[in-house]
Amino acid sequence: MSTVVFAHHAMTPAERLRDAGWIAFVALILGIPLIGLTTVDAGGRLAVETRFGLLAAAVAVAFGGRLALRWAIDHLKQRRLARRRAAGNTGANRALAVVNMLGWLALGASVALPIVFSDNRYVIDTATTVLIYVMLGWGLNVVVGLAGLLDLGYVAFYAVGAYAYALLSTQFGWGFWQALPVAGALAAAFGILLGYPILRLRGDYLAIVTLGFGEIIRIVLVNWTEFSGGPNGISSIPRPSFFGLEFTRSAPEGGQNFAGFFGLEFSPMHRLIFLYYLILVLALLTHVFVSRLRKLPVGRAWEALREDEIACQAMGMNTTHIKLSAFAIGAMLGGFAGVFFAARQGFISPESFTFTESAIILAIVVLGGMGSQMGVVLAAALLVLIPEFGRNFAEYRMLLFGLAMVLIMVWRPGGLLAHREPTLRLSAAGTTGKEAAQ
Amino acid sequence: MAYALQQLINGLTLGAMYGLIAIGYTMVYGIIGMINFAHGDIFMVSAFIAVTAFTLLAAAEVTSIPLALTFVLIVAIFFTSAYGWAVERTAYRPLRGSTRLAPLISAIGMSIFLQNAVQLTQGARVKPIPPVIEGGLQLWSTPEFTVQIGWNQLLIIVTTVVLMIAFTWMITQTPFGRQQRACEQDRTMAALLGVNVDRTISLTFMLGAALAAVAGVMVTVYYGVVDFFIGFLAGIKAFTAAVLGGIGSLPGAMLGGLLIGLIESFWSAYLWTEYKDVATFGILCLVLMLRPTGLLGRPEVEKV
Repeated sequence: MSTVVFAHHAMTPAERLRDAGWIAFVALILGIPLIGLTTVDAGGRLAVETRFGLLAAAVAVAFGGRLALRWAIDHLKQRRLARRRAAGNTGANRALAVVNMLGWLALGASVALPIVFSDNRYVIDTATTVLIYVMLGWGLNVVVGLAGLLDLGYVAFYAVGAYAYALLSTQFGWGFWQALPVAGALAAAFGILLGYPILRLRGDYLAIVTLGFGEIIRIVLVNWTEFSGGPNGISSIPRPSFFGLEFTRSAPEGGQNFAGFFGLEFSPMHRLIFLYYLILVLALLTHVFVSRLRKLPVGRAWEALREDEIACQAMGMNTTHIKLSAFAIGAMLGGFAGVFFAARQGFISPESFTFTESAIILAIVVLGGMGSQMGVVLAAALLVLIPEFGRNFAEYRMLLFGLAMVLIMVWRPGGLLAHREPTLRLSAAGTTGKEAAQ
Repeated sequence: MAYALQQLINGLTLGAMYGLIAIGYTMVYGIIGMINFAHGDIFMVSAFIAVTAFTLLAAAEVTSIPLALTFVLIVAIFFTSAYGWAVERTAYRPLRGSTRLAPLISAIGMSIFLQNAVQLTQGARVKPIPPVIEGGLQLWSTPEFTVQIGWNQLLIIVTTVVLMIAFTWMITQTPFGRQQRACEQDRTMAALLGVNVDRTISLTFMLGAALAAVAGVMVTVYYGVVDFFIGFLAGIKAFTAAVLGGIGSLPGAMLGGLLIGLIESFWSAYLWTEYKDVATFGILCLVLMLRPTGLLGRPEVEKV
């Protein structure tokens, strides 16, 4: 069996057929209990329903798909081999330039987007969602992509930010801008609180504990009704204002609203566009902040830690502080995104902060290429837009998510846009540091 | 007192099930040093297979309970170990020798995939089956409370004990067990000495899945309802059990399972039921903080 799989080049048609037949057989075995048979309600009891047509289709797809896949893999391998022989290895720098170009293009497009689509509520809403995920992805990227600490409970910090703003504004009447730093600090404090006890843990243990932490926060939010409103959540959260100017139809007592101040006709789109630019600015600040940090000693320490923790310890680096700083900064950025989320929705409930959400954010970081800022944008756009394009597709969204996570890991263990190069390195001349992995 | 005794019985039953799933985590961790994140979902798939098999039997009007149980166990073990094999083949084997994060993430992807595949093909609704085994043994009667051990609870505990003995025998006495332990110690060396490492790892996954299959059938018999989300929580709790006992150690997994079952049972009985999962997670964090190798675990030696 294994000889058949690893013989990439000289595969005879008979071997291909046998290989595909084997896959089809596996698909048949796996398919019988889940696809071929199902239980349905029949008058209060269950009855078994057979779907052998569907099973046959699935097996046929597996057979054909395997043939096509094998063929494609073999051809790609041969072509790549031929290309590598023909040319030296100069692709990395060119790819980097393309990514940089893409980044500027994306920035231009995102600034122009609300002007072009100023009447289209749907486009602005979707773009805002993409940007929230971009921001979350950049935040988690600090923890997972740069420091190499797998955090499966990132959504907990998002929740902390969202609930902090919701409670501060509804209970104490705080505004968006007052609450933003406080909520960010609170989320960072939670990050340290979680990070401190579990610093000694490695990869998988860390993952499962952070997952547990995320679930604890969610369970507490669901059950502590007098604090968080329980499953009903918190509603009528005030919206952010534009330097004190509200986006309301009528001006408040003794003041002015946004439309009135600028002499515009009132339109609900003003607020949407404002929210869009707000998250764009927050996201860009995050990006600048993180890119700066990457060049400072702390950022370099994160990347060093990701590559080899034992070597870091041997060099006398304080791994505790390095990990804690990554956790705290990642958590703070998640908290900011949470504040914005609460302000945008006007309503939050524990429903929005499930493990699935953590998995989506992680998927964005991983699919984009761990440590790659542009990759996060690409992956966030893909993961939000694909289900939007086909509504019927939506119920398969998570299924495809899972599949994509497996396939991309197998295909490119580093992600879509991964160069996995350090941010700073000595140039050939050995004098100046040069920015490399973007 | 009687109430506490009843909780003890319930806790042991729960713990036996967690222990069975935990062994799957422990064995896989022992051999490839990875947490198989999709293991809880394998258990869930098995519970669905059990529901379908029980329904089929009911339609065929089989009334003999031992016959029905044997049939369902065989069917569930067969298909579930196929799933265990497939998970290893697609999510782990291609990434062997890669970074630590990559297989972990592909396993999370696999877990999400399995959950949603089951939801889409079998429906999101809760699946109830009529009780398979009814009645029980009255152990002790006080005026206000009767302690009783259900036949199904007895079945679960006895099955688990039998499987544990069989398993310990297999790991310590058979050629496969020797190969398995050899791969745990040093994969390259084992391969050099003629052990088929790939096959051993595949078999380990299948065995873990088979035990999860037994647990899945037991859960179906015990609770009578199954839905696509049970794998997530059961998986986390079983994992907690494996860590608590010391991951990589078989008796540790069983011990951890029992402890988690008892803690959960007593916590729900005397404290706040709604926070019982918080208790499990809290214990997990505490154990890892204070004793990262668990109760019966060996200290991990880092290879540089």
